Amino acid sequence: MRIGVVTFPGTLDDQDAARAVTIAGGEPVALWHGDDDLKGVDAVVLPGGFSYGDYLRCGAISRFAPVMSSLIPAAEGGLPVLGICNGFQVLCESHLLPGALTRNDSLHFICRDQRLRIERTDTMWTGDFTDGQEIVVPLKNGEGCYVADERTLDEIEGEGRVIARYLEVNPNGSRRDIAGISNARGNVVGLMPHPEHAVEALTGPSVDGLGFFTSVLTSLVGTR
Amino acid sequence: MARVIVDVMLKPEILDPQGRAVQGALGRLGLDGVKDVRQGKQFIVDIDGDLEGDRLALMEKLAGELLSNPVIEDFTMRVEA
Repeated sequence: MRIGVVTFPGTLDDQDAARAVTIAGGEPVALWHGDDDLKGVDAVVLPGGFSYGDYLRCGAISRFAPVMSSLIPAAEGGLPVLGICNGFQVLCESHLLPGALTRNDSLHFICRDQRLRIERTDTMWTGDFTDGQEIVVPLKNGEGCYVADERTLDEIEGEGRVIARYLEVNPNGSRRDIAGISNARGNVVGLMPHPEHAVEALTGPSVDGLGFFTSVLTSLVGTR
Repeated sequence: MARVIVDVMLKPEILDPQGRAVQGALGRLGLDGVKDVRQGKQFIVDIDGDLEGDRLALMEKLAGELLSNPVIEDFTMRVEA
């Protein structure tokens, strides 16, 4: 399975995301922000970083990059897409996911190993977890406060689209402790913490993050 | 030449931690009674020629799509000749 990893100017975590794909058993394919060719990949990861310097708003300029002009309709058509941190911000700015990510309520950049509870396991990116499974992955963000109006929050809660929630401490003021959400179809997932940094015992607090990358491979095999 | 001024503010229901930090600083600097501070952005766009018709409509569309995020922000736009 070929998993595209997009690099924008200012992306930081593309190499780790590609490495996570490899460890999970997939083949990473580098995609470039300035190229609208998705190279026939089976899924796409939008990795973390500070695309376009986070100028204007995080993800606001990336949304209009050539690669997004292909990726947005592909995601709407069912292509699995995982946005991590800055990638989550890009997905929200692209309106592929509801809500927005704003400055942490503490105003501080937060970097810590974060405990999460996986709350939905029928998305294309979470199928290898068990319902309610607790995982620990790194979190590092300055603008990770998930916000949406109450009606939208009620809607995504009602549809079971909160895929992961912060446990023990809410690090950034996110409404209802939301760490990650999916679209209605379950192919597009946004997550603020970083599973790609938790795939090897040598460098991560756990290998819990690997589940996201193996999940999409499992889902893709199942759909073929 | 036309000058377009776009003011962008967080919607009232969206928390503004930066505004809250400024509010605290104003108090520490001796300004009593500050009830609330909201921080926003202003864009000043200078454009060649008259801004009207399709170009004005596009400017307004981009003020709502690029310069602001309708999920969390409101904008106002005015054009100065």
